[in-house]
Amino acid sequence: MRRNQVAVVGAAETTKLGVIPDMSQIQLHADAALNAIADAGLKLSDIDGIATAVETPQQIAHYLGITPTWVDGTSVGGCSFMLHVRHAAAAIEAGLCKTVLITHAESGKSMIGKPPRSIPAYSLQGQFEAPFGVYGPPSMFPIPVLRFMKTYGITHEQIASVAVAQREWAAKNPRAMMKDPITVADVLNSRMIAYPFRLLQCCLVTDGGGALILTSADRAKDFPRKPVYILGTGESVETPMVSQMETFDSSRAFKVAGPLAFKEAGITHKDVDHLMIYDAFAHLPLYGLGDLGFMPYEETGKFIADGNTRPGGKLPLNTNGGGLSYMHSGMYGMYALQESVRQMRGIAPAQVKDAKISVCHGVGGMFAASGTIIFTNEK
Amino acid sequence: MAEAARARPIPTPETQHFWDGTKAGELRLQRCDACDHVYFPPRPFCPACASRKVSVFPASGKATLYSYVINHRPAAPGFTPPYAIAVVTLEEGPRMMANILDCPQTPEALVLDMPLKVKFEKLDDAITLPQFAPAKA
Repeated sequence: MRRNQVAVVGAAETTKLGVIPDMSQIQLHADAALNAIADAGLKLSDIDGIATAVETPQQIAHYLGITPTWVDGTSVGGCSFMLHVRHAAAAIEAGLCKTVLITHAESGKSMIGKPPRSIPAYSLQGQFEAPFGVYGPPSMFPIPVLRFMKTYGITHEQIASVAVAQREWAAKNPRAMMKDPITVADVLNSRMIAYPFRLLQCCLVTDGGGALILTSADRAKDFPRKPVYILGTGESVETPMVSQMETFDSSRAFKVAGPLAFKEAGITHKDVDHLMIYDAFAHLPLYGLGDLGFMPYEETGKFIADGNTRPGGKLPLNTNGGGLSYMHSGMYGMYALQESVRQMRGIAPAQVKDAKISVCHGVGGMFAASGTIIFTNEK
Repeated sequence: MAEAARARPIPTPETQHFWDGTKAGELRLQRCDACDHVYFPPRPFCPACASRKVSVFPASGKATLYSYVINHRPAAPGFTPPYAIAVVTLEEGPRMMANILDCPQTPEALVLDMPLKVKFEKLDDAITLPQFAPAKA
């Protein structure tokens, strides 16, 4: 894909975030979509492409009253929206549609109008993982981390420092769920969830949504907001079974998606002003820093513990507070994209001064899928 | 109140030989006749070279502890927390999820790379699970 041919011209989250018991999941989609359409100064009839995950594109298109000529229902977990951005950019460049709406919403906390997640007993996960007592992401996503720690000499304190650094970012963000300062000791003394991870190393569970609107860079100039260009993109999948990852020392999906995006963008790591790494659990930023090639894996824990990703650090990471402190409705990728767009527009609550390039890296499932989008505000 | 039921696998035509094996006290893997790749979970072709000529064979049952969590909450139906959910590396190469039986469910007792031996846990007449326990010296 060519660089900077497509731009984000509309971006918004749901009016409220957190606990929203008065809206069903599909209405959260609509709330985010209507906010994004207003942000872009568009009418519903201007939208000719639609992408969404979990809910089907036909449900969202019908509910909103949209007649698309391009649809994408890619649903690979929390990074689905990174993949939608990549696919939408390709579709716009190919002339399949002009203006794409990507929506996410989840009634993750209130569970209003949310279909249950279940693992069929005949599936490979149902046969070869579920019988051993896995029960939701906290029992599965951290399974690789003890091996990662042993291989690279990472300490419990270093991983706890991920939550501490992100809480500092969240403290600057009025919409963040958790804003009170925490220490490494607080993290390591919080309630045990699935050893080695404790409560403060696990993401929040909230309600909310977000939507993006993309169009060609040529048209983007005429929109009310500063365009945020798509500089590079990557995607991949590995396996829906955490037990079947090639290795726990890294994520294959990360190692494919991330470098693809960097190559397409034509940038090096020192060009990155702002970074989002989907943090469903506290180990993910360490995997991300290593798999995306920012540094050797051995250095990732120390890098974060030394404060390099905190406010004022040399690599601002998860500046909205992340899934650990901002919000996490279940598929957090949309909120990471929203924060990258805010940073590139220059309107983030914890704005990184003069940031020109933002890398937004997502995960789906338990390292099952990955998508990376690199944004820029300079064409 | 009746205890919620533990998740039970439903075998498919492609995995039936595996579950027949555990019932018979064998941990059955597959090996590609064309490229010798040993793989898991079961499927009637080689995921390395796509050959459909594959053979089922009994594994040694020896493994090492690759990684794990000790799950405290929420516990899966039929499980009493805290309990370890592990991934083991079989001597033949493939990895699989299992619980670690006959062992305290603590970080001190569960040491990465410790040697393990398969142990079969009968759930009911249809399903016997492959589990692992510390190998006796």
